[in-house]
Amino acid sequence: MEPFKTATHLVVPIDRANVDTDAIIPKQFLKSIHRTGFGPNLFDEWRYLDRGEPGQSCADRPRNREFVLNQSRYQGAAVLLARDNFGCGSSREHAPWALLDYGIRVIIAPSFADIFFNNCFKNGILPIVLPGAVVERLFQETLASEGYRLTVDLERQAVTTPGGEVLPFEVDPFRRHCLLNGLDDIGLTLQHLTEIEHYERQQRQENPWAFLPQGA
Amino acid sequence: MKPRNLFDKIWDSHVIRTDKDGTSLLYIDRHLVHEVTSPQAFEGLRLAGRTVRRPEATFAVPDHNVPTKMLAQGITDPIARLQVETLDQNCQTFGVLQFGMGDIRQGVVHVMAPEQGIILPGLTVVCGDSHTATHGAFAAFAFGIGTSEVEHVLATQTLSQKKPKSMRIHVEGRLAQGVSAKDLVLYIISQIGTAGGTGHVIEFTGTVLSDLSMEGRMTLCNMAIEAGARAGLVAVDEKTIDYVRGRPMAPKGADWDRAVAAWRQLQADPGASYDASRSFDASQIAPQVSWGTSPEMTLPVDGHVPDPAAEPDPVRRGSIEKALSYMGLQPGVAVQEITLDTIFIGSCTNGRIEDLRSAAGYLEGKKVAPTIKQALVVPGTGLVKQQAEAEGLDRIFTAAGFEWRAPGCSMCLAMNADILGPGDRCASTSNRNFEGRQGPGGRTHLVSPAMAAAAAVAGRFVDIRRL
Ligand code: SF4
Repeated sequence: MEPFKTATHLVVPIDRANVDTDAIIPKQFLKSIHRTGFGPNLFDEWRYLDRGEPGQSCADRPRNREFVLNQSRYQGAAVLLARDNFGCGSSREHAPWALLDYGIRVIIAPSFADIFFNNCFKNGILPIVLPGAVVERLFQETLASEGYRLTVDLERQAVTTPGGEVLPFEVDPFRRHCLLNGLDDIGLTLQHLTEIEHYERQQRQENPWAFLPQGA
Repeated sequence: MKPRNLFDKIWDSHVIRTDKDGTSLLYIDRHLVHEVTSPQAFEGLRLAGRTVRRPEATFAVPDHNVPTKMLAQGITDPIARLQVETLDQNCQTFGVLQFGMGDIRQGVVHVMAPEQGIILPGLTVVCGDSHTATHGAFAAFAFGIGTSEVEHVLATQTLSQKKPKSMRIHVEGRLAQGVSAKDLVLYIISQIGTAGGTGHVIEFTGTVLSDLSMEGRMTLCNMAIEAGARAGLVAVDEKTIDYVRGRPMAPKGADWDRAVAAWRQLQADPGASYDASRSFDASQIAPQVSWGTSPEMTLPVDGHVPDPAAEPDPVRRGSIEKALSYMGLQPGVAVQEITLDTIFIGSCTNGRIEDLRSAAGYLEGKKVAPTIKQALVVPGTGLVKQQAEAEGLDRIFTAAGFEWRAPGCSMCLAMNADILGPGDRCASTSNRNFEGRQGPGGRTHLVSPAMAAAAAVAGRFVDIRRL
């Protein structure tokens, strides 16, 4: 997993509450054998006027010009500004995969659905909970000024607006540690590599029959 | 030391470390991989620049969506083909041994692994597949995992786990003639329910277990998962050791002797305790038939489908009504009045040689009823198929009117072309009768191989004990 670095990112606003994971990535794309490549189908049903199918190129599909991701001023956004209960519905990990593949590294919302919230951390995305009134103001500022950017500093747990306003946020210390160091579950386990190796040496000695399959 | 049950012993010997909150890092001895749940795990490794930590402890086989006929054509469904090809490539890239299509050892992962001697007593075994529980028959702690855990095991050969609770299911007495391990496990699930074992590892004990063959024990542990359990377990005895002896991947020479000495310890200590316990009397168990859309909706063959009107609990009444309507059954109808149009013999529950012998034993000299549209036999692996052919079982099946197919999961989950049409009614030796499991709108009745064979001939369910 990529370590999370402080950066100033363009913001894209998704102005709806209860955005579910099927809206983030519709179910026909779950047949894929990959965890990357979902970016072009992020918010597929809102972004395109036709129905998307896995494997199809999105280049020539008719686009919904109204939808924010299709507007030139939001191209390259890495911060997603959202409303309440973002990521509800099915537990599919394809939702954070699609966001990440599109380039989203931070989601700011007044609240998130539980499983989605956890899945974000596992995939290197930082979900930030800010009070409803603050999020409302960020929406207004984003809409009002083209090229609106936010600086997200996980180390200091603060979002800074272009006007210099500092918005502190809470994050679980362990999750913060993992994101800052790019540690996914596997990375965490590998911190105990010496213990694993010790166990393996012991097994090889004491129970060679269990350790090494014959003929393998 | 406090007396330990069988699960305690296997667990203790695999804990690398335990955190303050009780989460343990558990060493995984063998990892089985198939084409459906592995592609994103391998991709995850690739993206993170990681490798498979112990390719020699990892074994792959395509099974879920391989075709079972006209193999020369290859796989025609593009998604299935992509998954199988991706497994090929991943195994090559990461150095994992694969029993690919065309290999005589290829077949359902849970039939293949014991057959090859990959499964040994006392090991921890995982696979991205819930029916990994099968291998508990060898006193191995074997359980299904999700794709992100598959990646974790590939990369670290470990898993972070909280220790599940233990449950003992004790079955005394003898099974009646014609009553098999499948009937036993369906009966147990009908009694404890599909959540009866939730959070537990079930150790099966009692005289019935000593009587059961290894194949029977695998059938039993296979469906422990349908009782909600994490895994099933059976202690080691001479049958276990005899089954493993001489298998291709089993220990040899001095290793074998050391292994057998260790395996003989794989019993619960006298006085060991369990978090929960249940007892049953084997002699009371009739051949079983599932009537509904959950494995717990199971009846003895001489029973009658429930009447929702007689159910006081509104939630249960609702689920009975829903199941009856999906299954197209009238309340109170006798199980033996249920007529069928499809028969499926196979799967990781009942696709082993003993299962085929049992079905063929009944079919010899008989014919499938004219009302049966399709009757399939799908051997668990190429080796099971070869053995059955050497014994002439294939000729018995085909003479009776069954199709003799190539190995794979097939109609157990209908990811390939073997699929029920809407409203089709199937006597199936598989393990799940969920809505749509064998095809959208398809109706599944779970039974033993002998009961499926008898139903094929009669065109309806019949009591194998009376034939
Ligand atoms: S036979 Fe059925 S239950 Fe067994 S592994 Fe295949 S699909 Fe799963």
